[in-house]
Amino acid sequence: MILDPRTPSGPLEQRWTKAKEEMRLVGPINRHKFKVIVVGTGLAGASVSATLGQQGYDVHTFTFHDSPRRAHSIAAQGGINAAKNYQNDGDSTWRLFYDTIKGGDYRARESNVYRLAQVSANIIDQCVAQGVPFAREYGGTLANRTFGGVLVSRTFYARGQTGQQLLLGAYSSLMREVHEKRVKLYTRYEMHDLIVKDGEAQGIVTRNLMTGELEAHTAHAVLLCTGGYTNVYYLSTTAMASNVSATWRAYKRGAFFGNPCYVQIHPTCIPVSGTYQSKLTLMSESLRNVGRVWVPRKAGDKRHPNEIPEDERIYFLEERYPTYSNMVPRDVASRNCQEWCNKGHGVGISGESVYLDFREAIAAEGEPTIRAKYGNLFHMYHKIMGEDPYKQPMKIYPGPHYVMGGLWVDYHLMSNVPGLFVLGEANFSDHGANRLGASALMQGLSDGYFVAPYTVANYLASKINTQPLSTDDEVCKEAIDNSRNTIDRLLKSKGNQSAESFHRRLGKILFDKVGITRTKEGLQEAIKEIQELRKDFWENVRVPGDANYVNQELEKAGRIIDFIEFGELMARDALHREESCGGHFRAEHETADGEAKRDDENYAYAAAWGFNGIDEEPTLNKDELKFEFAKLTQRSYK
Amino acid sequence: MSKSMKLTLHIWRQANRHAKGKFEVYTPSDLTDDMSILEMLDCLNDQLIADGKDPVTFEHDCREGICGTCGIMINGMAHGPDRGTTTCQLYLRRFKDGDTLVLEPWRAKAFPVIKDLLVDRAAFDRIQMAGGYISVNVGNAPEANSILIPKEVSSEAFEAAVCIGCGACVAACKNASAMLFVSAKVGHMSMMPQGRPERHDRVLNMVAQMDEEGFGSCTNTLECSAACPKEISPKWIQRLHGEYIQAATVTRR
Repeated sequence: MILDPRTPSGPLEQRWTKAKEEMRLVGPINRHKFKVIVVGTGLAGASVSATLGQQGYDVHTFTFHDSPRRAHSIAAQGGINAAKNYQNDGDSTWRLFYDTIKGGDYRARESNVYRLAQVSANIIDQCVAQGVPFAREYGGTLANRTFGGVLVSRTFYARGQTGQQLLLGAYSSLMREVHEKRVKLYTRYEMHDLIVKDGEAQGIVTRNLMTGELEAHTAHAVLLCTGGYTNVYYLSTTAMASNVSATWRAYKRGAFFGNPCYVQIHPTCIPVSGTYQSKLTLMSESLRNVGRVWVPRKAGDKRHPNEIPEDERIYFLEERYPTYSNMVPRDVASRNCQEWCNKGHGVGISGESVYLDFREAIAAEGEPTIRAKYGNLFHMYHKIMGEDPYKQPMKIYPGPHYVMGGLWVDYHLMSNVPGLFVLGEANFSDHGANRLGASALMQGLSDGYFVAPYTVANYLASKINTQPLSTDDEVCKEAIDNSRNTIDRLLKSKGNQSAESFHRRLGKILFDKVGITRTKEGLQEAIKEIQELRKDFWENVRVPGDANYVNQELEKAGRIIDFIEFGELMARDALHREESCGGHFRAEHETADGEAKRDDENYAYAAAWGFNGIDEEPTLNKDELKFEFAKLTQRSYK
Repeated sequence: MSKSMKLTLHIWRQANRHAKGKFEVYTPSDLTDDMSILEMLDCLNDQLIADGKDPVTFEHDCREGICGTCGIMINGMAHGPDRGTTTCQLYLRRFKDGDTLVLEPWRAKAFPVIKDLLVDRAAFDRIQMAGGYISVNVGNAPEANSILIPKEVSSEAFEAAVCIGCGACVAACKNASAMLFVSAKVGHMSMMPQGRPERHDRVLNMVAQMDEEGFGSCTNTLECSAACPKEISPKWIQRLHGEYIQAATVTRR
C-alpha cells in the first residue's frame, strides 16, 4: 500500500502556515470535554501535556517512572539546534532544513523537516522564558557551539546537561498544570496495550506498577511519547528501562512501524569493559569541537598514548574529510572508527577503541576553560574509566545511541490508526536515515510545544459531542485479558535463566549483525537466531514473584520479550533495504571511496511495516519521498 | 584488566511498606573491580534468580548520574563514600577485596520504603507542584535574547539547577530535612529574571509543602551538601532563608 502522508503542497516555506490555517479548531469553552491520553513524560510527552493543559483540554498523562523528571531526555548532553543565526555565520531556516535533510541522507520528508527548522527558534524562546539557564556570553546574550555535519554554530547548550535543563523546564510546566488540575498525572503506570475500536485509537491498558492492577483508560485521542528502542541492543547509551513496548504493542494493534532498521550508532561512547557491564555512557559529540580523533599509525602499537609522537599518529577523520574533519556526522565517524579498529589500529585492552585527544585544546584554551564547558563529561569519564582525561586522551568506541525509526506518522504526527499520535523519538519522522547532533531535543520539543497542539486539536474537532469509549466495552475487556495472559505466561515459565540474560544475547546478535555494517548473509542469520532466541526465552526464562505488587523482574521480562520480537522486524527491514543510507550501511552497497551508496530509484521511500501475526511476515507499505527542493545528491563531507 | 573481588553484602530486605524489614547477608560470586555498585546488584540478582530466590528490588535508570533514580545508603553514607558521585557511578574498585558493604534504602518519614531498597519520593514532586515553575504558556515567550542575563548570573543559577532530585540530601540529614533540595529549586528560579515575578509566592508555597510532607528542620549540619552527588552548595540554604524572610514580610497572605 502507498501511504498518504497528508503533506501540504505549495512553496515549502508556506506549507506549515497554510496547514495551520486549514486546520479545524476547538473553542475554549469546549476543550475540557475532550479527553487526551499522553504516554511518557520526556521532552515530547511533558511539553505536549503542559501545552494541551494550558489550552484547557482534559489531559491524562502516564509515566512508568516514579516522577516525570526521570524520563531519559534528562540524559541528553550536548545541546539543541535552532536557526537563530545569532552568530551571523550564515545560518537560516533553509540551512537548518538542508543540513538535516542531507545529514539524514535524503530519507526524511521535506515538509516535516522544514517545519522543524521553522519552529526551532520558538523553542529556544519558550525554554528561555521557563528559566532554562542556557550558556551565555559575557554581554548576556545566548552562547552557541557547533555540532557534527554542519558548518555553522547553531547549538544552544547548558554545559553538558542540556537535556536535563530542558526536561526540567518542560517538567516544571507540566507540574504547574498538574497543580492547576488541568493535567492528571499517573506515575508508576506502564502502558500495556492500545485500545482500538472501529479502527480508531480510543484508549490504553495500563498496569499500576505498585499494585499490579490492570486498568483500561479511554480518551478521544492517544499520544505516544515513549521514546526510542535503542535498548534493543542491550548495551546502549539509553537508560535501563527505555523500551519499545508501547510502540510495539501499538504495532500489534495495527499501527505501522516506520524504518525500524535506521539506528544511530554514536561514535563517542566509553568502550565496553566487563561482562556485567549494563550500559554504555556517551561522551557528547560537542567534545569533537575541541577533541581530535586518532589511532596509532602502526597497527598494534601498545605504547601509552602520551608516548606516541605526533608523526606516528593518524588523525583519520581530519585526513579523509578535510572540510568537516572531526565534525562529520555520527554515522560517518562511527564507520571510520570501526574500520580502523578492524585494521588492527584500535587501542585499549580489547583493541576496540580510538583516542579522543584534548591535549591541544587544553594547551590553547587552558584547563579552566575546558572544565567550564565540558567539566561534567570529563568527570563522568574519570569515574567510569579511572583515567584522567585532562592528562591523557579519552578512549572511545561507537555505541547504539538513538533510533531514527519509530511508528509511522503523517504530517500531522498521526499514525495510520486515526486518533493515535506519536511524538518525539517514538515516531520515525524527521531525521531520515541519520540524525544530526542536537536535533533530538529540537524534535521532541517541536512536536510537543508547537506541532501536536494544532494537529491534535484538528482531529478532536471532528469528535465534538462524542464521549470517550466506555471502559466496560468489550474491546477494553479483551485488551485487559490480553495483557493478563502475557503476564501469566511469563510468571508460569519454568526455566532458570533471568530475563536479562536473554536481553544480553539479543543485544549481541543485533550489534554484530544489525549494527554499524550489515550484510545480506548476516541479516538472514540474525532473523533465524532471533527466532530461536524467542523460543528459548519462553522455554527457559524464570520470572520470580507474582503480579500483585512491585515486581521489577516481571516488568523487565515483558519489555525484553517485546525487544526480541521487535529485533526480528529490524533485521527484516535492514534485509529488504538493498542500499546504504546514513546509519544503514550495507556492505554490498558502497561507493568507490567507501561511502554509503543510496539507490534513489528503488528506495526513496520510508518503509512502514504492518503486523500480520507473530509468526507471519509483515506487510511492507511505502511512504514515497519526493524531493522538490533539496536536490538528491551523493552526500559528501570531504 | 579487571580483578575479581569478594565482598560481603548486608542488604536491607523489606517485603512492602508495612512489613518489618531486616538485613540479609550475601556473598555473590563473579564480582570484579570494574563493576558499579548497581552492576554488582545485577550480578547478585542473576544468582538469586537462578537459585529460585527473590531478587533485591532497587531503583535505577540512566546509570550515568543524571536521572536521579538510584540512591542507596552505602555503609551509612548516601550514594557511598565518594564526593560528587551517584550510586550508579560508584565502582567496586573504590573498595578493597574482602570488604563488607551495608546497603540500606533512604530512610526518612517523607520517603516511605516500598520494597527492599526502593523508596517513594513523590513528596519531591508535590513540592515542585506547589510552586517550582515559571508560569509561561506556550506562545507567550518573548524573543530569547530580548532579556540579557549576565553570564555570572546564568552560571550561578545553573549550579543550583543541576539538582537531580535523588533525595540524598534528605537521606544524609539527621533530621531528614529537604532544605537543600528546596533551596536549589527556589535559588535557580529566583536568580533568573524570568522567575522574579512569582518569587515570593514560590518560596512560601514550596516551603509550606515541604513542611506538610513531614521533612525535618534544618540545623545547619551541612551533611546534605557533602552527600549531594551534584555538590550543590549550602549557600543556597542561606539564600532560601533570605528569600523566605523577604517574601514573608512583603507578601500579605
